[in-house]
Amino acid sequence: MVKMLNGAVGFFKKQKDPKPIMSREEKRAVNALKRRRIRTKLNQSKGLYVFLIPAILYFLVFCYLPMYGVQIAFKYYSPIEGIWGSQWTGMKNLNRFFDSYYFWRLIRNTVGLSLYNLIVSFPFPILLALIFNEVQSPKMKKVVQTISYAPHFISVVVLVGILNLFFNQGNGLINVLLAKMGFEKFGFLTSAAAFPSMYVWSGVWQNAGWNSIIYIAALASIDPQLHEAAQIDGASRLQRILHINLPGILPTAIIMFILDIGQVMNMGFEKVFLMQNAQNTETSQVISTFVYEAGLINSDYGFSTAIGLFNNVINIILLLVVNKLAKKISGTSLF
Amino acid sequence: MTAVKKRRTSISAGDRAFDVVLAVLTILSVLVILYPLVFVASASVSDPMEIFQGNVWLWPKGFNLDAYKQVFRNDDIFTGYKNTLLYTVVGTVVTIVITFSAAYPLSRKKLYGRNKLMSFFLFTMFFSGGMIPTYLIVRQLGLYNTMWAVILVGTVSVYNIIVARTFMQNTIPEELYEAAAMDGCGDIRVFFRVVLPLSAPILAVLVLFYGVNFWNSYFNGLIYLSDRASYPLQLFLREILLNNMADSMIDTAGIDISQYMVSESIKYAVIIVSSVPMLVLYPFLQKFFVKGVMIGAVKG
Repeated sequence: MVKMLNGAVGFFKKQKDPKPIMSREEKRAVNALKRRRIRTKLNQSKGLYVFLIPAILYFLVFCYLPMYGVQIAFKYYSPIEGIWGSQWTGMKNLNRFFDSYYFWRLIRNTVGLSLYNLIVSFPFPILLALIFNEVQSPKMKKVVQTISYAPHFISVVVLVGILNLFFNQGNGLINVLLAKMGFEKFGFLTSAAAFPSMYVWSGVWQNAGWNSIIYIAALASIDPQLHEAAQIDGASRLQRILHINLPGILPTAIIMFILDIGQVMNMGFEKVFLMQNAQNTETSQVISTFVYEAGLINSDYGFSTAIGLFNNVINIILLLVVNKLAKKISGTSLF
Repeated sequence: MTAVKKRRTSISAGDRAFDVVLAVLTILSVLVILYPLVFVASASVSDPMEIFQGNVWLWPKGFNLDAYKQVFRNDDIFTGYKNTLLYTVVGTVVTIVITFSAAYPLSRKKLYGRNKLMSFFLFTMFFSGGMIPTYLIVRQLGLYNTMWAVILVGTVSVYNIIVARTFMQNTIPEELYEAAAMDGCGDIRVFFRVVLPLSAPILAVLVLFYGVNFWNSYFNGLIYLSDRASYPLQLFLREILLNNMADSMIDTAGIDISQYMVSESIKYAVIIVSSVPMLVLYPFLQKFFVKGVMIGAVKG
């Protein structure tokens, strides 16, 4: 009897007995016991639950409520009826997006920009970490690292502002330089062809130093005995970097790369929006900026939500696939 | 001394050449990172005419503080600064409270339903309602055009919750909780008496992360504020730095050229004035946030 009760409560879950046949009274007793156990467990962490209230409320209101509101992707939003009362329209909003002439352009720009960004900006933090790691004086090392983090603390608005000051066609530094060298001035800011590079390389400038932190940490955890042994065997510094440091940070690099791939369709809004202008939309119009335009400028709420939802679903699929791949390749995964 | 000498002599010619290459690369990367910042700083104190003619390359030419005078006389900048300061302080406090309100219970092994609660938070990292549903909900809640929209919407990061939780899990041994419980100290009191003091390093990191985020953000202001009087600094910066981007292409014949040049040099000063607080702050917290990033990188 005791064993059976425990089994029901979950103590012997792994032991796969055939499910005991219980009378109604026994079942009731089991359920009562179960409830009491849960109640004491809940009671034991009562304080912790009280503690959780602000966080749970916050996430319910600002994350889960909007998730529920995603239903307007399948509705015709009317301001009077609100989110919950508006008419259902099924897949109309989504179909309108799929059939539109800008559908492929948006996909191309979003994926293109973010793949370009991934491929270019991925190696720089690793290179920086490898180079900075060789600075011999600890003081210099710290100074160099501190400097490399600086751009990370500048806002996107200021970053794009600096870009504009450096690259504008009138008297931007770069164009003045071009003119001095006898080239023609070029409108970097208004060129659709230049936009992806402007976006990606300014990102490298801003984030390479910051993103190198994790690699510097990985380098610090490499066993110094490896270096000593290699030194005794007559390995040069370049050889030690190539054969000790690089393999040492490779696992970290692989994980970072996989995580980045999972974000490929997740093109941020803030920087693209600031760099966008009428002349470069051919390459600078990405899904997130389009969602903003359709939703908040044109008030086409249902349509805009549908596009956002489409993007979100692709993100999740991508993430799940990449996560599975990661598990297979490196044995490490996100969840 | 002899040891140093011995090591010196054992360095091969190849290694010495490689040292030079490394030094060059290090200096080069530092220069590339630093140059735009130095240039902006120099330009901000240079004579507008010299900038206009493209004579400023590294050091200030024709020292001149007029741009700063203009900036400090500018009402928008003052309003923006004041608002951003308010949003940053209140926002950081609120987001820190919410972060720890989730992180601390999740760090306790005895919390019943810990995994389920964890997934409750984690799920929001991967799926979200998106821009428009969030916007509509915020309007429905009556938060539109209030500072609470700027402070609350999408500002608490699950990633930071995980970082804080992992930190507490790793630094506070279970025995400490047992001892506290033995002494009749409840879970909430344990937090304030034991856990919080021991979590000072991670608290510092998160304050920096959240603070920088509030200081630098313009998105919530752009979407949820319509009243200019409550705009954060970054929105005014956007107006000054970006909205008249086309200006540089219109012919300047019609307008007063000196006026135009001053308005250009204001841009440099405004960048300095808005970015300096964060740039001055972060080196002091460096040793903490390096740790913070490392904790975050460890899978929770």
